[in-house]
Amino acid sequence: MDEALLRALIPTVIGVLVRRGADFATAEDAVQDALVEAVRRWPDSPPRDPRGWLTTVAWRKFLDTVRADTARRQREERADNEPAPGPGRAADDTLWLYFLCAHPSLTPASAVALTLRAVGGLTTRQIARAYLVPEATMAQRISRAKHTVSGVRLDQPGDVATVLRVLYLVFNEGYSGDVDLAGEAIRLTRQLAAATDHEEVAGLLALMLLHHARRPARTGPDGGLVPLAEQDRTLWDTRLIAEGVDILQTALARDRLGEYQAQAAIAALHADARTVEEADWVQIVEWYDELVHLTDSPVARLNRAVAVGQADGPRAGLAALADLDPSLPRYTAAAAYLHERDGDLPTAARLYTEAARSASTLPERDHLTRQAARLNTRLRG
Amino acid sequence: MAKYLLLKHYRGAPAPVNDVSMDQWTPAEVEAHVRYMEDFAARLEETGEYVDSQALSPQGTFVRYDGQGRPPVTDGPFAETKDLIAGWMVIDVDTYDRALELAGELSAAPGAGGRPIHEWLEVRPFLDPHPTTTE
Repeated sequence: MDEALLRALIPTVIGVLVRRGADFATAEDAVQDALVEAVRRWPDSPPRDPRGWLTTVAWRKFLDTVRADTARRQREERADNEPAPGPGRAADDTLWLYFLCAHPSLTPASAVALTLRAVGGLTTRQIARAYLVPEATMAQRISRAKHTVSGVRLDQPGDVATVLRVLYLVFNEGYSGDVDLAGEAIRLTRQLAAATDHEEVAGLLALMLLHHARRPARTGPDGGLVPLAEQDRTLWDTRLIAEGVDILQTALARDRLGEYQAQAAIAALHADARTVEEADWVQIVEWYDELVHLTDSPVARLNRAVAVGQADGPRAGLAALADLDPSLPRYTAAAAYLHERDGDLPTAARLYTEAARSASTLPERDHLTRQAARLNTRLRG
Repeated sequence: MAKYLLLKHYRGAPAPVNDVSMDQWTPAEVEAHVRYMEDFAARLEETGEYVDSQALSPQGTFVRYDGQGRPPVTDGPFAETKDLIAGWMVIDVDTYDRALELAGELSAAPGAGGRPIHEWLEVRPFLDPHPTTTE
């Protein structure tokens, strides 16, 4: 049985049910019930039209629920009288569901959970494991999120930027347990890109592919973080890079620049170089200028300072850093790196130690501790 | 979302404002305290912010390796000065401010005389196990 196909059908089928008059929460439950039946019956008798089969069964499940609930009789009548939709709305329905799951009334965490469940078709258990929380907690989060958006009728198109932010959040959660969230985010963004024509969707997809291409090189055999400068670039996935660059170029050609396209452009320039030194740092700085202009993000300013350090030397990088707020995350780590390149090893060692103490992720802390240990060993020797 | 550990101390934290040891409370006061904690956890389960909570026995012992073939060394039962942890709660919340807000609420659990004990709780962020994608 093709689980990938099954999961890809979920948003469409939920969309059809809602369009026929089902409320979102009940529709989502009905589709989950239909999936259970599909898992049981498809191996013996696979349907000729999986989408039609799933829609029919989910609709029946929905009607069962509604009929069992007398308080919902009115909605049943309305739903029964609604004509079945014609073909060709699948893309619209999917898009509708993306906007609903990323609705601004939801917190980012709820939006992420709801998207993974309703659009991605992951089970509550899988999502809970990916986020290292109990299944009951995740079930509550999803059920509250469904409740929050239950009355929302999206008559106008939703905000693409919100949807993209949710997908990028999923992507950045990376990998844990039995679900590869980065892979899942790419799958969903591909689906979104197929359903809509928007240059920033393409930009985000390109960015994800270019980052994902480097994943095999980002961690060492011991699970430790390998920084860009030390990555074995032969491990980068050239097929993903080519695809990402292709998508990016098409998006850039439309001349409507956005933050994801700018970030993807930076990732593409890294992907294009055989070594750190060979990268076109002057162009990378230019793209960071665009990114700062577009987002005014402190993180972009910090990364820009590091890029300036590569393009114009560590002194220039430190000067750029001096304009920024030292309480920014990773400020101290960046300062340590630039001081080391400038040859001031004692300062660099001290700053690496300080940065390790305030790191917020385990791989980052371990990496910074190793950098401090490396320099301190050299200074003693 | 980020996870935080709310740590309750037997010893090692500053003394609570309403500092009467629990065996001096009335049974009804103990009952009210326990119910407050249970309600607090139940509410967090509903909001989807609950991860875990456990209580610990006060019988803590320091242990260390004492060389090949020798039994481990312990500090014995009479180390009255060491820090002791009474229990913990792990929460998964949107912001640091929310973690502080919840810790404050937990610290308001009723104690002797039905008044809040104003217990000091330690709030510690978990390190995220995932590397971030930013490079």
